[in-house]
Parts: sequence; C-alpha cells; structure tokens
Amino acid sequence: MTPSEHNQPLRLVTQPNEEIDRSQRVTFTWNGKTYTGYQGDTIVSALYAAGERVFSRSMKYHSPRGVLTGTLHDPGTILQVDDEPNVRGAHRLIEEGMNVTSQNTWPSLKYDVRAVNQLGARFLGPGFYYKTFMKPDFLRPAYQRVLRGFVHGGKVSKNRPEETYEKRYAHTDVLVAGGGPAGMEAALAAAASGASVMLVEEDHQLGGHLRWADGQLARELRAQVTANPNITVYTNTTVAARYDDNWLAVVQRSPEPGMGERLIKTRARSLVVAAGLLERPYVFEGNDLPGVLLSTAARRLINLYSVRPGGRAVVVTANPEGDAAVEDLRRAGVEVVAVVDARQGDTVVRATGRGRVQSVELSTGQKIAADLLVTAVGWTAPTSLLNMSGDKPYYEPQAARFLPGGTEEGVYAAGGISGDGTVAQLRDHGAAVGARAAAHALAQRSLKIASAPTVSGQTEAPTTENLPEVQPLPVPQHPELFRSSTHGFVDYSEDITSSDLQAAVAEGYDSAELVKRFTTVTMGPLQGKIELVNFIAVVAEATGKTIAETGTTTWRPMYAPVTLGALAGQKYDPIRYSSIQTWHEAHGAKPMIAGQWIRPEHYGDPQAEVRRVRDGVGIIDVSPLGKIDLRGPDVPKLLNLLYTNKWSKLGIGKVRYGVMVSEDGVVMDDGVTARLDEDHYLMTTTTGGAGRVWDWIEEWLQTFHPEWQVNATPVSTAYTSINIAGPHARTLLSRLTDVDVSAEAFKYMEVRTGTVAGVENSILWRIGFTGELSYEIHVPAAYGLHVWETLLEVGQDLGVGPFGIEAQRILRLETGHLIVGQDTDGLTQGYSAGLEWAIKLDKDDFVGKPELAWQQQNQTGMRLVAVQPVDTHVVPDEASQILFGNGTIAGRITSARLSPTLGRSICLAQVEQSLAEPGTMVTIRQIDGTMIQGKVMEGLTAVDKEGTRLDNDSQPEARVEVGEPIGRSPVRVGDAKTLLAGWEVSAQPAAGPLTIQDQSVMTKLEVRSSFTGSTAEKLHASFGRTHRSQDGTLVIGSGPGQWYILGEPGSQQTMLNALQHMADSANELTTVVDLTHGRALFRITGDEAAALLNKLCSLELSDDIVPDGSALRSSVAGVVTDIIRDDVDGALSYLVHCERSSGQYLWDTLLDAGAEYRLAEVGYTMAYAN
Amino acid sequence: MMQINCPWCGLRNATEFKQHGEKPPRPDVANATREQWADYLYFRNNTWGVVKEQWFHSSGCRQFFMLHRDTFANKAIRSEGDVR
Ligand SMILES: [Zn+2]
Repeated sequence: MTPSEHNQPLRLVTQPNEEIDRSQRVTFTWNGKTYTGYQGDTIVSALYAAGERVFSRSMKYHSPRGVLTGTLHDPGTILQVDDEPNVRGAHRLIEEGMNVTSQNTWPSLKYDVRAVNQLGARFLGPGFYYKTFMKPDFLRPAYQRVLRGFVHGGKVSKNRPEETYEKRYAHTDVLVAGGGPAGMEAALAAAASGASVMLVEEDHQLGGHLRWADGQLARELRAQVTANPNITVYTNTTVAARYDDNWLAVVQRSPEPGMGERLIKTRARSLVVAAGLLERPYVFEGNDLPGVLLSTAARRLINLYSVRPGGRAVVVTANPEGDAAVEDLRRAGVEVVAVVDARQGDTVVRATGRGRVQSVELSTGQKIAADLLVTAVGWTAPTSLLNMSGDKPYYEPQAARFLPGGTEEGVYAAGGISGDGTVAQLRDHGAAVGARAAAHALAQRSLKIASAPTVSGQTEAPTTENLPEVQPLPVPQHPELFRSSTHGFVDYSEDITSSDLQAAVAEGYDSAELVKRFTTVTMGPLQGKIELVNFIAVVAEATGKTIAETGTTTWRPMYAPVTLGALAGQKYDPIRYSSIQTWHEAHGAKPMIAGQWIRPEHYGDPQAEVRRVRDGVGIIDVSPLGKIDLRGPDVPKLLNLLYTNKWSKLGIGKVRYGVMVSEDGVVMDDGVTARLDEDHYLMTTTTGGAGRVWDWIEEWLQTFHPEWQVNATPVSTAYTSINIAGPHARTLLSRLTDVDVSAEAFKYMEVRTGTVAGVENSILWRIGFTGELSYEIHVPAAYGLHVWETLLEVGQDLGVGPFGIEAQRILRLETGHLIVGQDTDGLTQGYSAGLEWAIKLDKDDFVGKPELAWQQQNQTGMRLVAVQPVDTHVVPDEASQILFGNGTIAGRITSARLSPTLGRSICLAQVEQSLAEPGTMVTIRQIDGTMIQGKVMEGLTAVDKEGTRLDNDSQPEARVEVGEPIGRSPVRVGDAKTLLAGWEVSAQPAAGPLTIQDQSVMTKLEVRSSFTGSTAEKLHASFGRTHRSQDGTLVIGSGPGQWYILGEPGSQQTMLNALQHMADSANELTTVVDLTHGRALFRITGDEAAALLNKLCSLELSDDIVPDGSALRSSVAGVVTDIIRDDVDGALSYLVHCERSSGQYLWDTLLDAGAEYRLAEVGYTMAYAN
Repeated sequence: MMQINCPWCGLRNATEFKQHGEKPPRPDVANATREQWADYLYFRNNTWGVVKEQWFHSSGCRQFFMLHRDTFANKAIRSEGDVR
C-alpha cells in the first residue's frame, strides 16, 4: 500500500533511522476529522504527514501557529487530547481512538474571531493586560470574564475518568540527565566503575541528536546501555528539579496504562547534566508563520517520522547542523531554492504569507517564493538543572551562548551543554565525566556505609587512582545571531515581540527581571527555554549593554511542566483506630476526626448520652488518651520538673492531676499520673499532646538531666482505655473485676491493677473528669473489644450504653474542667487558666517557673471564668467575643453548650481581669453580630459544685462469669481465621510471589538500658543490628539503648521473667515493658519487598547498606515504623512494625502499594508460597 | 531536601528530624532576671553562616544532638557526638 492511500501525502518512503512502525496503523481524530498515522508517530508528525500545518492560535493575537521545534518544547503545538488539556502535540505519541482538538480557538481553528486582535495589535502592547484591565475596580469581574475567554489553555473536564498518579523513592549513585551520546557514554563509564546509574531521557528514545545525525551509532550505544545491568533507563521522563544534596524530582510521563505521571523522588550521589542543546529561533518579521521551522525540527520530521516538511525551502544556516539540514531536505525531495549562509553575513529579513509562509525576503533584497523557511542560527544551553545546583553560567560571545560556570562536587556537566566538539569528543567527554561522577558517588557511598549502624565492621574506601582528567571541550565558535533588521516574536507562548521588549525598555523597565515581569516574557508554558537568550539579547541591544552585563533571569523548578496530580501523588495521611473502632462503626457512631484519630462524636443523641451518665452509667472509649510508661528511681524528679505541682510524696496506688507549662509559662498539656509501684509510674496526656509530651520528656532527660535514671516508653495504644461513668459505675465494674472497688478500699484519685472481664494486667483508676463516680480502665489493647462488649452485656440491667466525645465535652463543661487548647490558647499562662491550685511556686524549680512567678506577682493576663447568658436559652457560638463597655474586645467564649442536666446554656470564657469578678455583667457579641448579656459566675463548675456525686458510696456486687477473652490484632482478620494463644489470627493461604503476614500476635517486649553496659552485652544486638537467640527469639537493636525482643505468641510471661531477671542483675538501670499489645507487626517476604517499601519510605535499602540482620527506623507512609531485614530461608524479608493504632492504615497502604507486585496476604499459621 | 548526618543513624532526609534551633543555656531559675529569661526564650544570633543548632531525630533513633549548619549554603556541615 502506498502512503497516499492512508491519506498521508507527505509521508516519505522508509528512512534508515525512522522511529515509526509502519506495520502498526493508528487511527485518531483531529478536530473531528479522522486521520491515520503509524505507531511511533507524534500527533504532530502524523498530522503533518497528512498535510496539516496549523495547530493552534497564539495567545494574544490569535494568529495561526505551526511546528517550530518539533519537540516537547514546541510553543505552537499545545493541544487537547480527549479531556486532557495542554498536551504537547509534537511530543505525545498517537494512540488508537484519540480525539485531538485545538485549544484557544473559537469558533474554529480556521476562522478565529479573536484574530481581530491582530488588527488592533498596537493596542496590545507590552503590559497591555496589566495596564488595561486594572481600573476601574468595579469592572474587574467583567474583565475577568473577558480574559478567561481568551486564556490560552484547554478545557478541564469535571467528569474526567479517574487516573492514578504515583510517587515513589529511588536512590542511585549517578543520575544522568540526558540520553544523547555524552549522556549514554557517561552512564556506561559510571556503570563500568560499579556505580548504579539512572539514565533519564526526556524524549521517547535514547540517542539525542544522533537519532537523525548518525542513527547507526545511536542504536549501538542504545544497545550497550540497555544491556548494562547497572543502568536503569527512563525515557519520556524529565528531571524536573534539583534540590539540596541532589534531591531530584524525576517525572515519568505515562509510565503505565491509566497512570498520568509518576514522581520519583530520587537521591543521587552524583548528578550528570548531559542535556545537550536546544536550537534557538531567530527573530525577524513573520518568524511565527507556519512553515518557519528550526533545522532540528525539519530533521526530526524527515529522519524520525519520514515526513517531507514542505515543497520549496529557504534555509538560513550558521552552523554545520544547518548545512546537514540542507542535505536532509534535498534527500527528502524538498526543493531547496536558497541557502542563506549567515556566516557570510547574509540573513533573512522577513517571511510573508497568509496563514503560512509564501514568500521569504533576504538581506540581499531578493524575494523568494517558498513554503518552508528553515533556520539554523544558534543554540541555547539548557542549564536549568545546573543553575538549580548553584551554577552561574556565563555568556561567551565567541560561542553565542551561555556556558556552565561550574558547581560543587557531585554535580557535573557533560557533552554539548558545556562545549563543542566532534561526536567522538562529546563521547569522550561524557565518559570522562561519568567516571569522575562515579568516583565521587562511590566515595560518598562508602561514607554512607561507614556511618550506617546497620553495617558492622569497616568497609574499604574505593580507590580513585588512575581517574582520567576530564579534558574540557573546545569553546564553541558561533556567530551571534539573535535578531535580523526587522522585529519578530521573541516569546511565542506569550506573544511578545522584540519591539514589545524595546518599548518596555523605553518605558523605563531597564533590567531583564523588570522587563520580564512587565511583559510576561518567558513566563509562558515554555518558561524561557527557547526564548530566554533572544530576550536577553534584545534587552541588551535596547539598553546598550552587553549580554553578559544584562545577565539572565533565575531558573527555578520545574524545568518542564509537571501535572499537579504527580506533585500531589498518592496522599499518605495516617489514620489511627482504637481497638473498638469496628464496634463503633457497627453501632451508628458519627465519626469525628481528631488529629489522626477517628473517634465517635456520638451515637445519635449526645444529650441522651449525657443524661445516661448523670442518671445511670455510660462507657466511653478514651483509647487515644496519651499514656507514657515511666520507670526508674528519678521519675519523681522528672515529674517535679515538668509539672507545676509537687510529686515527691505521691504514694504507691495514688493518682494525681498535673499541668505542664512551657518555659514561657503557657499551658502546654495536662493529665493525671499514677504511681503503680516503687519506681513505676503511668502518665496520661491529652490526646493531641501525646507525641509532644513524649518528645518533651526525652528532651529534658537527654539535654538537661542526662544523669537522671528514667526510662520513658509511650504505651498509648498498648492499652484500650475505657471510662465507666455514672452513679452505677461501681456496680457495673464490680461485676467484672477482682479488684475491691468498694468506696472505702478504692478511693477517689487512686489506682489499682488487676483483672477486668478476665483480662489480666489491667490498670484501673478512679478519677472524675465527668464529675460522676468514674473509673478509667486501661486493658491490654488486643482485649479492648472483648472488655467493651462485656461491659455492655453485663450492664444491660443498669441501662449502660456508650457515650461519645460530644457528651463527654458537655459533661466536663458542666463540671467545669478545662480542655487545654480549647479553653486555653498559645498565650494562656498558668494563672490565666484558673490553675493556681496546681501551681506550686515554692518548688525549687520547674519548667516555666520564673514566668509563672512573674505572672502571679504582676497579675497579668486573662482569666478563665464561667459565664451565664442572661437569656439561658441562648448558646453563644464558641469564639464569640466578649466586649468592654466601649466596644473593644475583652475576651472570648471558649466553650459553650446547652446543659441537659440544668436545662440552660453554660459557658467558659477567657476575659480581661477587670471583668473576672463574679457577678460582673459582660456583653457577648456573637458571630452574627448580635449582642447578648451574660454574667460572670463564681467558680467554673455548673453541676454539683460540692462534688457530692463523686462521693457515691454504692456497694460493689458479686462478680459474674464471663467468656474467655479473645485477643485481636490491630488488623482486621478475614473469614479464614483460627485461634492462636487466645488471639484470632488469619489462616489465609499464601498466593503469589510477594506476601505480607500479620505477626502482631507475637510477643513483643521492649528493653531499655544504657547504650553500652551489661544489658547491651547480654542482648548481643548492637544498635542497628539484630540477634537471633538460641531459643528463637529475635533481639532487635532498634534504638540507642533500646531493644525490641520478639518471641512466640503466648510466651510473654516466660520472656518477661527471664528479661526481668536480667534487668534486676544489671549494673545500670534496665527496664522491660511488654508491648505485645502496643505494636502492629508485619512480615513482608519476596524479591520485590524492598521495591514495595521504597514506594512508601525514603530509606536506601540496598544490600550493602541494609544487609540481612539490619534494624532501622524511619517514616513509612507517614507512620514512624521500625524496619528489620530478617531474610527467611534466603528470601528477602522485612519485619515492619509501628504503634498499634496505625496498624490497619499501614497494612491497607502496604497492600495498596503492593498491588503492582501482586502482594498478597498470608495467614500467620500458613506456609509461604514459593 | 537536605540530608542530615545523625550521629547515631547516619545520613537521613531532613524531614525525619525536628529542628530546635540554637539552644542558649538555661539561666539559673532562682536568680534569673526578666531580661535574661527573655534572652533565653526568644533571642537568637540568627547567624548568616555557620550556626550550631539542636536537632531531634524524631522519626528515627529519637536522639537529640547538636548540628553545625551553614545557613547561607543551607548545608549540614557536621553533627556533634560521634557516638558509635
Ligand atoms: Zn538517628
């Protein structure tokens, strides 16, 4: 079949280097009409073959635009593909059934109404939009509507089918940006040194200019590169940005079907920029007419796509590449009617024609009829990545282009970007630079290994002897050709001509940065890549300066357009669940997001939930409450330092409330802390403050009192915490516990340990946040759901039911308990929170003491008071203002609710001290502006001021029989399940090459001691390494002076006893905490396990840095996670574990990320598939 | 993104750490004047060049350490305490 039969009149016979597959025909539409091309065609090459010339209308003047560069950076070929706007048509390959349409054309590409702008060009001078559409202000909405219609962009469909975008991490010794001859040689040389290499090419094929200049050589090099196991090739991929320490944004376009883009966050020890050169357009009248092509565009059309660019051509050439274009054109059957040799001083003056080139006028005065004008007048070095690395390229007049100025070690320029030369010279340069980059990278790699605690012993530093010197490439010699004697377009995207730029300079914008901002030159889709140097040259000419003096504007990321989808990528927002979450979901809880936690706001009627607690008994899941296990002889010193009150005399079995302030005296957190044993305390914090308080404790211990003997372990999610509140609380609890809960035996603010609903090692304390008799029970988390359900079951006759956060907030407000962060803010010092009773200034020292002493002395700051609206039905919005008589602000309402107990509104407020006296009337301005009156009350408590409800002396009842507790992993178990050591575990059979197994049932103990000492010696695992004991337990050196010890399910008592024995005989403080219930633990096994983790985690997991037996901690999908390499029978395997409540999220996220590797669950008791 | 050499864990991404800035010594609580306390709380040298700051490897080993960082080049130069 001849080409014309497919309606491709300009398709040439098979060319030696063509990159189309003529056996694969592809049909698509262009503005509704059907076209056929070949596999490998770009949209533009296929349309060009069919005779199309005009692909868009320009932004301001709506003049027709055609092919200019024929690359990703072609300003006139930006198109809409189906519902995807702004597709680079000269880069995107055609696909079967594609619907391609033009953008920015109305009513059609041929008859564009807005082309009248061309007639009014003199009104559209530089700064036109900027100046015209500014005033008057009342017309701005109208301007916006008009301008929006002119916007140079496609249409974004709201109904766009879902497309995925993805992020992952990568590490490489060397990343080579640019796959031309120098880039390929750099990659090969680096790989030959043993370095790992990522070779990134923006185009669809490796080869650079060899693709059309020497296809044979391109194919040879390409074959070597692709066969090299150390090199990973990424085509159709851009290194869009370089940040500190070679942190690179590598953007893969269409990496997989259905995936828009993928962002590979890459850390490269060396970056080689081998970006080659971009051909620069020439500025003359008519330089934007369709038919004016750069020489590289013509050569791409002819050689890669076998398309004849036109019939009669004039070629302006100033370099050998231009001369070669003449040859290519002739070979393609184009009649080259004139070759204008710019090296001899000849040039083109203007091109004219209606909608396309018809005639070309030369400097000789000659006018030639032609449909093609090919220019080869110079090159621009795309130094963007070098600039982002701190390079300051300088202008070299002999070369007529900027050359790299040099960067620090670790960033290198290779090939044409840094000088001229024969292909052989470019290749040699690339190879030498690649070897040097590899040497640097391998030295850095050995430093990294030496600094990694996962590698024991010394590694040998690589030798860098015999490293050849990099011979610099010759300085290019090229005539300076920027603008002819006429004016033409400098910025095709923004429709800015050289006369516009001159006008801007004439208006006083005399520096490049100012002209840029005034005219928007280089601010369009191409971001200056092809227009920058012409812009600088025109400004230099207009200001009478040299190009070097004029300088350039700043190159910022991104180098090429990146979709927002790729930047946003998959979003990893950790979600935390209590062990009772499944029950909440099944019982109509309204979910409330509290930090990372999902919590029940209420179960339908919060007011009824309040009444249930006041009249009967309710239970609330307070698991997110922060809990920190504190052990050691110096815990009282720590508590005295961090809390504002006194802790030296807290007896065993007692609980005390405490407030923490920062060094500026501002309230930071509050909670109760219990003394469980001689040297053993359990601290609670607010839910939101749990992480902060843990950091706070560590900071004071590590940096201020390293001599104090205290070990702190967060155990927030090791326990499921349930508050049982109401007059019947004791009755209910007594039915389920072996602890004597009688009023005499278990007093207010006391703590006991015992069994609850058959669950041993539960902690019970009697406190009163809600103002009712209440017990807070902390049970090992795997049994949380069992205890919750048992409470509801055995308390049916008492009317027990759940209550949510909203009811709890009402109850505490009725009782007058503040919430840190709600009733205080970032400026609320201790005395402003009504906490004078908890501040003991007679202590020697505590954090924030001087500030609180001054506050008390000077009586500064606001005061927390209760305010009663006069109209008791009105519940003012929280944050309503409290006003002075003169209308200035005197405070705000911090909490407000309707009290079901009192049948009226109740509020807490922060007010100026002059308004804090009880009985003061205040004005409250609500959010809607209406004013109401309120009265300041005595004290903060509204319900049960005397506290008689806490004195409830109901009698305990006899214990009832309950079922055996069932332990549950943080991960939901599917239908295939079995019981193991009292836990439900999955019995899912294995399938597939990559498996994930929930091992949360395993015994998990934490040992804390000093980094070196008798304990460290006995455990045999240094920080960063693991040790498999003879009894099969795995000792993990997970932190400095911290070990996790994993053992068989159900073995905690044996293991605890053994370790406690070791701790008791240690010379240094050694403590053991059972975290079996506090951690989720998974095992991922299979060849792709590291690849999977690197989708979610930035650690470098190569064998030399993380060998078998390594232990690390980092962030995985936003969750702090321990990663342990523990291969199974030679198969790559990692244990990953995190705190329990994030387990389900981490599990789900791993499964989702692992889909591409066919990751599948395998039950705990099941064998692995092989 | 800058890399920081944790004296315990080696090179890690800066996002694993919390930066606590310069840490002036805590004045004697019993005798501190308001000015001394304000200096301690709020005033930092904010050097354009090399500063010594406290960093916390919060997503890793959870150790506090001092880091010398060049605020001009935004480069971590060295961390104190070669512990292993
Ligand atoms: Zn660390």
